[in-house]
Amino acid sequence: MALLEVKDLEVSYGVIKALKGISFEVNEGEIVTLIGANGAGKTTTMQSVIGLIPKKSGTVIYDGEDITKTPCHKIVHLGMSQVPEGRRIFQELTVYENLLMGAYSKKKDDHFNEDLEKVYKRFPRLAERKNQIAGTLSGGEQQMLAMGRALMSRPKLLMLDEPSMGLSPLLVDEVFDIIKDINKDGTTILLVEQNAGKSLAISDRAYVLETGSIVLSGTGEELSSSEEVKKAYLGV
Amino acid sequence: MEFIETLINGLSIGSTYAMIALGYTMVYGIAKMLNFAHGDIIMVGGYMIYVGLTISGNPVISFIAAVLSCIILGITIEKIAYRPLRGASPLAVLITAIGVSYLLQSSAQMIFGSAPKMVTVADLGSISFSGLTIPVYVLVTLACSVVVMTALTLFVKYTRTGRAMIAVSEDKGAAQLMGINVNRIIMITFAIGSGLAAFAGLFMLMKSPSLSNTLGAMPGIKAFTSAVIGGVGSIPGAMLGGILMGVVEAISLKIPPIAPYTDAIEFIILIIILLVKPTGILGKKRREKV
Ligand SMILES: Nc1ncnc2c1ncn2[C@@H]1O[C@H](COP(=O)(O)OP(=O)(O)OP(=O)(O)O)[C@@H](O)[C@H]1O
Ligand SMILES: [Mg+2]
Repeated sequence: MALLEVKDLEVSYGVIKALKGISFEVNEGEIVTLIGANGAGKTTTMQSVIGLIPKKSGTVIYDGEDITKTPCHKIVHLGMSQVPEGRRIFQELTVYENLLMGAYSKKKDDHFNEDLEKVYKRFPRLAERKNQIAGTLSGGEQQMLAMGRALMSRPKLLMLDEPSMGLSPLLVDEVFDIIKDINKDGTTILLVEQNAGKSLAISDRAYVLETGSIVLSGTGEELSSSEEVKKAYLGV
Repeated sequence: MEFIETLINGLSIGSTYAMIALGYTMVYGIAKMLNFAHGDIIMVGGYMIYVGLTISGNPVISFIAAVLSCIILGITIEKIAYRPLRGASPLAVLITAIGVSYLLQSSAQMIFGSAPKMVTVADLGSISFSGLTIPVYVLVTLACSVVVMTALTLFVKYTRTGRAMIAVSEDKGAAQLMGINVNRIIMITFAIGSGLAAFAGLFMLMKSPSLSNTLGAMPGIKAFTSAVIGGVGSIPGAMLGGILMGVVEAISLKIPPIAPYTDAIEFIILIIILLVKPTGILGKKRREKV
């Protein structure tokens, strides 16, 4: 069953058409990746789906509900969560307070401690540094925090916008392992990546975005072996 | 002894500035706008106290009515005048705020006339102890300020809504991704700022009973200066800046050769502090985000 269904989505920034009517879907339990070069419209897709930037036309159905015009904060309350491009953690708050913000959409008693323990278990670094001001964390730690924060709302659909950006190769592998693991625990994943090789390897399905249009789609394996993808995104 | 009296007086003037500065700084930090009309909310608070006293004769009831009216006024202004301009150019917002300021001043003049009203909130007298003579209103001002500022600090640090305010001030987009309703947080910020302005109105009328439609103008500018000195956007900064401003003012007024230049001295201090630390005393450098 499709958890997220995007139909003919168009988004413009003034006169610039960033998305020219894209359609895709994410089924429950899947890992779906959007790959594309710089400026293809990946971040625009993520942000317009979750209601952070306005859609020009098209529809977005989430969990059987039309959320095309729903404001971002309400969509989050419906169980969608996003690790945004550039992490955007709250620099002045502590690690713990950031995680508390992540649970903002939940009533405080709703399994808060349980979820916190889970995040600390998944990211032991965060537990060690729970009282540190988040702005002083290393890049890798900030990425962990952004992911932990997004998990605190118990999302049904977790969207990650280039989670491997700026990380060392070792850490990139770790991040992809964690994504796989989160998915195993029952969270549906929509991933945006330039690191096509690693993301296709963990994806059930993927779409290729080129200057605002989807030009290819298929299973992770199909796209990994596609000549076009190999040439353009895998550097083979 | 006289110096201690001056200092205490300065602290009370400073608390008044701090109350107003908090409104400027919180609105600036969270809605990213300079609410030019903020000083005029003080004036409206003053007139509401006057109306309350005329009707009920009870200063406490009048003051509570003034706080509530200011809160409602603040929320209304935000909703009608500022919310439709969210995302508009800062200049358009500033001009609107100036318009709101004139609207409030002119309305007050139409309703209450241009002659100043004499408002005696309560005759409190003064008390003397260990060689000090201090007017009771000064002590009331200080006590109220300590309570209110402590409560505000705890509210921002320890409540869900308070933390949401910090989140919105840091990154509106990320705050929305947490499920925070940014419009609601901005509304609450205006409510708090306007409520604090009513306190400032009370403090000012206790100090000097003359009430006119420009009551909030000069204190508004000085409080804004205080907010900038402390680091605009910073809550402790607004408190510190306000207190500093009040103490400088009280001391300067006591020194005959410089007393006439007190206002100028306060603004010179602003310029010097900004030259040394452009972000203000407690201000942080912040990366601007979308
Ligand atoms: N705020 C904005 N104003 C104007 N144009 C924008 C804005 N944000 C993005 N764009 C344009 O929209 C297009 C898509 O941008 P987007 O950020 O979605 O790309 P992306 O695929 O995420 O790229 P990257 O891999 O570099 O993050 C680009 O051409 C970009 O210049
Ligand atoms: Mg991007």
